[in-house]
Amino acid sequence: MTIGSLPPRYRISIDPVRCMECERCIENCSYGVFRRDGDRILVNSRNCTACHRCIACCPRDAISLEEHPCDYRSHPLWTREAREAIYNQARTGKIILAGMGNALDYPVIFDRLVLDACQVTNPSLDPLREPIELRTHIGKKPTRLDLRRREGGDVELQTPLTPNLQVETPIMVGHMSYGAISLNAQVAMARAVTKAGTFMGTGEGGLHSALYPYQDHMIVQVASGRFGVNIDYLERGAAIEIKVGQGAKPGIGGHLPGEKVCADISRTRMIPPGSDAISPAPHHDIYSIEDLAQLVRALKEATEWKKPVFVKIAAVHNAAAIAAGIARSPADAVVIDGFRGGTGAAPRVFRDHVGIPIEAAVASVDKKLREQGIRNEISVIASGGIRGSADVAKAIALGADAVYIGTAALVAMGCRVCGNCYRGLCPWGIATQRPDLVQRLNPDAASEQVANLIHAWTLELAELLGAAGINSIESLRGNRDRLRGYMLDESLMQVLDVRQVGA
Amino acid sequence: MDRKRRTMDGSGIRQALSMMNERGSGEGAGYVAYGIYPDYRDCYALHVFFDNIRENKKVVDATLEQWGTIEHDEAIPTYDQPNLRAVHTPWRYFFKPDPSLALPGSATPEDEIVSALVMRVNAARCGALIVSSGKNLGVFKAGGWPEDVADFYRIEDYEGYTWLAHNRYPTNTPGWWGGAHPFNLLGWSVVHNGEITSYGTNRRYIESFGYTCTMFTDTEVVAYLIDLLMRRHGLDVDLAVRALAPPFWEEIDRMPEAEQEWNRALRLTYASAMMNGPFAIVAADADTMVGFTDRSKLRPMVVGECADRLYISSEEAAIRAMEPRVESITMPAAGEPVIGRVAP
Repeated sequence: MTIGSLPPRYRISIDPVRCMECERCIENCSYGVFRRDGDRILVNSRNCTACHRCIACCPRDAISLEEHPCDYRSHPLWTREAREAIYNQARTGKIILAGMGNALDYPVIFDRLVLDACQVTNPSLDPLREPIELRTHIGKKPTRLDLRRREGGDVELQTPLTPNLQVETPIMVGHMSYGAISLNAQVAMARAVTKAGTFMGTGEGGLHSALYPYQDHMIVQVASGRFGVNIDYLERGAAIEIKVGQGAKPGIGGHLPGEKVCADISRTRMIPPGSDAISPAPHHDIYSIEDLAQLVRALKEATEWKKPVFVKIAAVHNAAAIAAGIARSPADAVVIDGFRGGTGAAPRVFRDHVGIPIEAAVASVDKKLREQGIRNEISVIASGGIRGSADVAKAIALGADAVYIGTAALVAMGCRVCGNCYRGLCPWGIATQRPDLVQRLNPDAASEQVANLIHAWTLELAELLGAAGINSIESLRGNRDRLRGYMLDESLMQVLDVRQVGA
Repeated sequence: MDRKRRTMDGSGIRQALSMMNERGSGEGAGYVAYGIYPDYRDCYALHVFFDNIRENKKVVDATLEQWGTIEHDEAIPTYDQPNLRAVHTPWRYFFKPDPSLALPGSATPEDEIVSALVMRVNAARCGALIVSSGKNLGVFKAGGWPEDVADFYRIEDYEGYTWLAHNRYPTNTPGWWGGAHPFNLLGWSVVHNGEITSYGTNRRYIESFGYTCTMFTDTEVVAYLIDLLMRRHGLDVDLAVRALAPPFWEEIDRMPEAEQEWNRALRLTYASAMMNGPFAIVAADADTMVGFTDRSKLRPMVVGECADRLYISSEEAAIRAMEPRVESITMPAAGEPVIGRVAP
C-alpha cells in the first residue's frame, strides 16, 4: 500500500431510533450511499456528495451529515485540499475536474462593500407609495441625439436607434446549456423569466422545441463548438450571445461527454448521438478583435440587424481593454463573467486560480469605457457569484447595467451546490439527463420558485433604491459614491473607485 | 427675469432672499446677475476668488494671456461686513480668448477655450477659483447670510434683467465660498435646493466629456450637464430639462408612438445624465430662465408672474417681497418645467 484510502469527506449517519426504514433515502440517492441489509439501512459515506437529497426527503429527520469527520494534521500550507489533490493526481496522472464555482478562500469583495441610505438631508422613498423604476435597456445607445423641431414644435428624432432588450428588472438568468442541465430545468427557468419580464440564456446547447413558447425571452448562444446554430435558431432568440470565455474556466473550452448526448440532445445540438460535444478553447474563426467584430457583424447581418448581439468574456486581467475593443464592434453588450462563475465541469486548477473577481472587473471595465467616451456604445452585464439583491445593487453601483445569475437560479430549484454537476447524477434533476432523475424536477413548481426568487430580489432592489433616495435604476449605475469599502485595502479601493467607510 | 430686458438693481432680490433665512444657516449665499457689464458685453467676464492675490494672480494672469487677451481686470469692489469674514479676494477679468487656439471644427471655439480654461484653473487648485465665466454676467457669492453677502458686494449697485439668488444651508463644506450657489459655466448659472442622489453617476458621466468636478458639492454638476446638453449636444432647453428629469416609463408607455420614440431615445441616451433625489432647480442664461423639480417634486417650487416679470422661488413669500402686486402665483406639477424667455 502506498497511499491507501483517504479519510472520507463526509459522514452520513442514520439515527436508528428515528428511522422508519421507508427507504426514501435509498430511492433518492443517485450516488449509492444507502442500501438495505435485512432490517437495517446501511450507509457508505464515501459515496456521499453532500447533495442533501436524502436529508430533504427523510420524513423523520433521521439522517445527519458531518463534513470532514476525520482530521488531517492541520497545517496552514498543506491543507486537506492540497494533500488530497496530490494523492488523487499521484494515482491518476490526470487533470482534476470540479464543478460549480471557485472554491478557494479568497475574500469576497461584495461582502466588503456597503450600500448607502438617506437620512434627513434627502428623503428616502417608499416603494409602496412612489414609483421606483427598475426597467433596464440592454444594447447600444447613441452618445447624442439629433432631435429636430418641426413647425408647430413637435419633436422629430433623426438618430436611428439600435434595438435594445427591454428588461423589467436588471436580473437575467445566464447561459446553462441543455446537456449541462436538464430540459426540465431549462423549461422552469424559461417560464420564470417570461413571467418576470426578463431573459435567460440557452447556453451552447441549441434551443429545444419545448422552449419555443418562451423564445422571446431567450438569448441564444453561439460558442466555439457552434452546437445547435442555424438560421432558425438565431432568428428565434430575442438576442444572440457569442461566448468567448467563461469565468469558471477562462481560456479553455468545454466538453460534454458522449454518454450525455442522448437522442434529444443530439437533435438540439445537431451532433450524432453518443458523440462527445467538444467546444474548442478559441473560436477557430476568432483569432483577433477584428475577427470578433466580423462575427458580430455576420450574426447581425444574418438576422437583419434586428437582434442585439452580446459577447461574453471571462473576467481576466485585461478585461477592461478587451471590453473596450468589443464596444467598438457592433456588439450591444459585453458579459463579464467573474472568477466565481459556476460551471458543470472545469479543471479545478482553472476554476480556482484563473481570472479575477467580478467586482474589480466591472469597475475597471466601466472606468475604461468612460475614459474612452464609449460607455453608451455597450451595456455591461456582470455575472459570476451573484448571491442576492445586495450583490446586484453593488454590481450596478460599480457600473454594470444588469447581472446574470446562474447558480442562484439552480439553488432556487433545489440545488445544494454539492459541486458534482459533471458526474451527471444530480439527484435534484438539474444537472443530469437520466430520465428518472430529470423527472424529479417538476417544471411548474421549479418555475414558480425561480420566479419567486427574481421577484423577491426585485422587491429588495426597489427598497434599496428607495432608501438611497433613488427612483430609477440608471441613477444607481456607476454611482460609486453610494458605496463604501469596509476593510478593503487602499489599492483595491482605487480600482473600485470607492472611498472607505467613514470617509 | 424681466422678459423685456428692463433691468432691476440687486436690492429687490436681496430682500426676497432674506425672507427665506430659515432655509439658510448663514454660511453661504450668492447672486448672479445678467446684463451687468454692457461696456464689456463681448468679453467673457471671469469672476475669480484668489486665496492670496500676490501669489496666485500671477499664475492666472499668465494663463489668460496664453489663451487670449485680458481687455481689463480689476478687483470686484467689496465692503467689509462685521459678520462676514473675507477669506478670498474677488477679482474680475474681461477676457477675449484667441479662437485660433480652439480645436479645429469646434462649433463654439471661444466657449471651448473658456470652458477648458475654467476646468484647468479650478482643477489645478492654485489658489484661484473661477466662479463665473459668461459674457455680461457675474456671480457674487460668499460664506455668510444673504444680506451680508449682498452688502459685501453691494449688489444694489448692479443692474441686471435676470437675477438668480441662493441661500445655503451647507452640510458638506460649510463656509467654503466655492460651495455657495449660483454655480456657473459660460452663459448658464444654476441655483439648486436639494441633494442629488445620482451625483456619483452624473459626475462620472460628465467627467467622461472632459469636465472636472472641483467644488466638492453636487450642484456644480448641473451647470456642466446643462452646458453639455445644450451647447455641445444642441438640445433646446425643453429637451435638456426633459433629459435631466425625464418622465417615468409608465408615462412614456402611454404616449403616442412618435412621442414615445423620442422620449425613449432621450432616456436611453441620457440615462447617466438624469438627476435623481429631491431637487428644485432654477437655471438661467442670457435669454432664458428655467425652473424644474425632480419627478416627484420633493422640493417646493412656486412661480409668480407680473407683467413682463417672471419669478421662480421656493416660497411665495419671497416673490411677494419682490413684487407685492404679483398677478398670478402657480405651483407647477412634478417634473414640469417653467421656462421664461426674454424678448428677442
